[in-house]
Amino acid sequence: MLGLGVDRLQADINRLLASLFHQGVLDEHFLQLQQLQDETSPNFVYDVINIYFDESEKLLRNLRLLLMDREFSDYKKIGLHLNQLVGSSSSIGARRVRNVCVAFRSASELSNRPGCLRGLEVVEHEYHYLKNMMHELFQLEQQRLLAAGVRYPI
Amino acid sequence: MVCEMETDQIEEMDVEVLSSMWPEDVGTEADKQFNVEKPAGDLDTLKEVTIEEKPTIADLTRLPDLLNSTHQGTSQLTNLVKQWEYMQDNAVRLLREELKNLNRQREEAEAKELKIIEDYKFESNEPENVPVLDETSDLFRKFRQKKRDALIDSKKIEIDEEFDTVAYWKQKALSLEKMLEASTERERRLVEKLHESLKTMESHAAPVQELTQNLKRAEGFLHFILQNAPIVMGHQDKDLRYLFIYNKYPSLREQDILGKTDVEIFHGGGVKESEDFKREVLEKGKASKREITFTTDLFGSKTFLIYVEPVYNKAGEKIGINYMGMEVTDQVVKREKMAKLREDNAVRKAMESELNKTIHITEETMRAKQMLATMSHEIRSPLSGVVGMAEILSTTKLDKEQRQLLNVMISSGDLVLQLINDILDLSKVESGVMKLEATKFRPREVVKHVLQTAAASLKKSLTLEGNITDDVPIEVVGDVLRIRQILTNLISNAIKFTHDGHVGIKLQVISEPSFARDNALNADAEVDNGLTETSVWIRCDVYDTGIGIPENALPCLFKKYMQASADHARKYGGTGLGLAICKQLVELMGGQLTVTSRVNEGSTFTFILPYKVATSDDYSDDQDEFSDMTDHQSEPDDTTEGYFQFKPLLGSIYSNGGPAISNGFLPHKVMLTTSPIKLINGFVADPSNNTGQSEIVQVENGGYVDETKLETSSGHCPESAHQYENGNGRCFSKESESCSSSQASSEGGTLEMESELTVSSQREEEKAETNLKETSKPKILLVEDNKINIMVAKSMMKQLGHTMDIANNGVEAINAINRSSYDLVLMDVCMPVLDGLKATRLIRSYEESGNWNAAIEAGVDKDILENEQVCVRSTNRLPIIAMTANTLAESSEECYANGMDSFISKPVTLQKLRECLQQYLH
Repeated sequence: MLGLGVDRLQADINRLLASLFHQGVLDEHFLQLQQLQDETSPNFVYDVINIYFDESEKLLRNLRLLLMDREFSDYKKIGLHLNQLVGSSSSIGARRVRNVCVAFRSASELSNRPGCLRGLEVVEHEYHYLKNMMHELFQLEQQRLLAAGVRYPI
Repeated sequence: MVCEMETDQIEEMDVEVLSSMWPEDVGTEADKQFNVEKPAGDLDTLKEVTIEEKPTIADLTRLPDLLNSTHQGTSQLTNLVKQWEYMQDNAVRLLREELKNLNRQREEAEAKELKIIEDYKFESNEPENVPVLDETSDLFRKFRQKKRDALIDSKKIEIDEEFDTVAYWKQKALSLEKMLEASTERERRLVEKLHESLKTMESHAAPVQELTQNLKRAEGFLHFILQNAPIVMGHQDKDLRYLFIYNKYPSLREQDILGKTDVEIFHGGGVKESEDFKREVLEKGKASKREITFTTDLFGSKTFLIYVEPVYNKAGEKIGINYMGMEVTDQVVKREKMAKLREDNAVRKAMESELNKTIHITEETMRAKQMLATMSHEIRSPLSGVVGMAEILSTTKLDKEQRQLLNVMISSGDLVLQLINDILDLSKVESGVMKLEATKFRPREVVKHVLQTAAASLKKSLTLEGNITDDVPIEVVGDVLRIRQILTNLISNAIKFTHDGHVGIKLQVISEPSFARDNALNADAEVDNGLTETSVWIRCDVYDTGIGIPENALPCLFKKYMQASADHARKYGGTGLGLAICKQLVELMGGQLTVTSRVNEGSTFTFILPYKVATSDDYSDDQDEFSDMTDHQSEPDDTTEGYFQFKPLLGSIYSNGGPAISNGFLPHKVMLTTSPIKLINGFVADPSNNTGQSEIVQVENGGYVDETKLETSSGHCPESAHQYENGNGRCFSKESESCSSSQASSEGGTLEMESELTVSSQREEEKAETNLKETSKPKILLVEDNKINIMVAKSMMKQLGHTMDIANNGVEAINAINRSSYDLVLMDVCMPVLDGLKATRLIRSYEESGNWNAAIEAGVDKDILENEQVCVRSTNRLPIIAMTANTLAESSEECYANGMDSFISKPVTLQKLRECLQQYLH
């Protein structure tokens, strides 16, 4: 809070991002997203990611509801949901979520219920992992901004 | 002999020492005995004084008396006598020794005689006839023995002749004769020596004379020392009459001093004091020192350090004093200077520490102010977000109660915002951060505009009038924003406290006021160089017929957070900062703000400010600002018009009713240009879009996307919709997982500033969108159901310098295309309701047939399309670019087959988008 750790925070952010890229959680589209951010939309990445989580949360909830239903047969709907998820995930560069979603989608195309359930598990897992990482990232980012914004009157 | 030698040596040494210090001629003349001539340099000054007189007549007569009567003299005499006695003793001792020597020699001589006799006896070689029991014989024997011991070696007479022969006797006689001769010779020598000793004894016969000489030398030495010492010495009797004095003031003669008292000699300050001091010492019998400053006619002002000691005679009675004085004027002056310097130093140090303290406090204050400014700013930013959002909210459909609540919310928000702005201004002025700008402006227009604005929100039956004399220049240079701020503040104050009558502004040119002339130098330095030549002082009165200000409240009127009375504060509200800011601003601009007031009759606030006169030939950009605000169609003589009047409108503002009376102004027009209305306009601009969407939503209500769709369609821009949720909480909390654009900004810190930015930029965007129809910019439609993709694409477009409309599915896309013409459509393939492929097919069929039949058949809302049937589009083929996720279902062939022109594989990148736009937009 005293504005002393700007460099350290920036280093932390970079380290976190590097590890996320290394693990394949994120890909170059996330970088593209960051490049889109400028003075006119200083919170662009943050906003987009938040909306992404917002949307994905709903989609995952719907997916779970659909799959939990015993007389479930609407694989097409699942496919649509997954399309959405794949689309937005690839847009923000959430590579691993996207990949597991694609796998999930192919299971749904085959009307493979156990595969779908397994797919959902994996997607949810990946999703939450991403969410936690992003949460951490933004928190660091925010702290860095706060620290960078501290001005001491002279 | 030895002792004699020693005394000689001592004498010689004495002579040596004295001769080196004492001039050769000393003592030759009796007169000069005590007054040794000064060194050559001083001779001239002393000539007149000392040569005529015989300066040393004084003491010779008196000295014996003195010596006889005082202890010192006695002791000196005693010493002299002792010395003399010692020398006498010495002489006696020497004489005795000499005597002893002689005696011994005599004894020797006698012994020799005896021996000769004895020898003669022995010659007979007879045994000794020693009479028994005769003491003398015994003695004689002893003597003989002794004699023999002493002389046995030297007096061995060797006779080699046979005993008792003639030769023997002859030889013996010869040797004896020789011995006799030697003895006689010795005797003679002894007699000589004796004579010599007697002579030396004679030479010692006059020791007193010698002592006197020594004494004289010592005295001379002392005199010499005393004469040259920088001190005055004197002896006074018990009547304080001088008996003698050394080193008197040169212009005084001996007889001027001796036998007189101080008082008789000198006149002036300090004389009496010294006299008293001497008397005191005499009485107390105790030596003491004192510093006395004399101011006499004789030698002016001089300070003397005086030492006085009493003198006693042998009987222990006081007979006078010894007096010693040393001039210490220079030292005293120096000492005083020193003391003064020390004092100054101490004072300076104290001042310095005081200053340091002040500086410290000032720094602290500045820091606090800076802090305040920062804090205010930090508070203001999110608050403006709140107020802005509330304003937007007020444009939506609300029931009566909600609207009421919202109005309260907005007005209190405005109040807080105003307060914070005030604080911010104030602290800016105080901390010196505020910078004044010099812009060209027309005072008449400023006054007019201020009055117009005031009139527009007037809710009382007041007449607002402006009066500007002809000599006020048409254009002047000054910080128009600040001047308007001051005017607005004063006017709104006046209106607040005036219930009926009129409120007005009067402008007139005056000569340079006195306070400015006083500060002329400063002003020249501060204000621009050329000011004195072309500047003009304008006096501005803001008068009202209001409740007035009681006289006792006037002093604290311009203080911060102070209102004339607590009652008023309650009744009229306000922060109490307005006037303080006005005053500070006016003073910052080098002017003066004053007030005159009478209770129940009204008040007049007057401020006098210097302006530079603008040369009227070049029109600066700033002027547009005002021409915007005033009517464009106003007559050309508007610039020189000197009188305005605004009558109350009373409600007409809100109903857009009748125009304002007077010069054809429409005050509500001014109102229309303010930001809240703009916002309304921004929303009102595309109502059809809005309603159209909601209808579709109703149609598709059973669908799974209802939630999302409602959100997207309710506010034209999703950001604003999300901002209302801001209050609920943080981004990732479970309770409100709806995260929004400016949520981060509610966290405080620097982010808050950004939230303001986003809000304003968002408004600009809206404005831009509404204005889009008029511009020649290419119109792009993005058909996409995924919010993320929309956001990303929008942002990319922004970077590429384009804006675009959004449709969330095929149906919306068709509606949008129907309503206006686009230059490019970016179409997502996979969408709910109506996917991209189908939509494209329908659009192509419309292009071919000129009607939307196919679309209607496909289930797109009939009414809307039919309404628009009339306008037949040009047959230009609309470029439609597919956005595919490259899945099997969305193969490129399929896209082309459905009439699309190209495709971008998802996820879209900036590069791809740029290439695409370059290809299809010219």
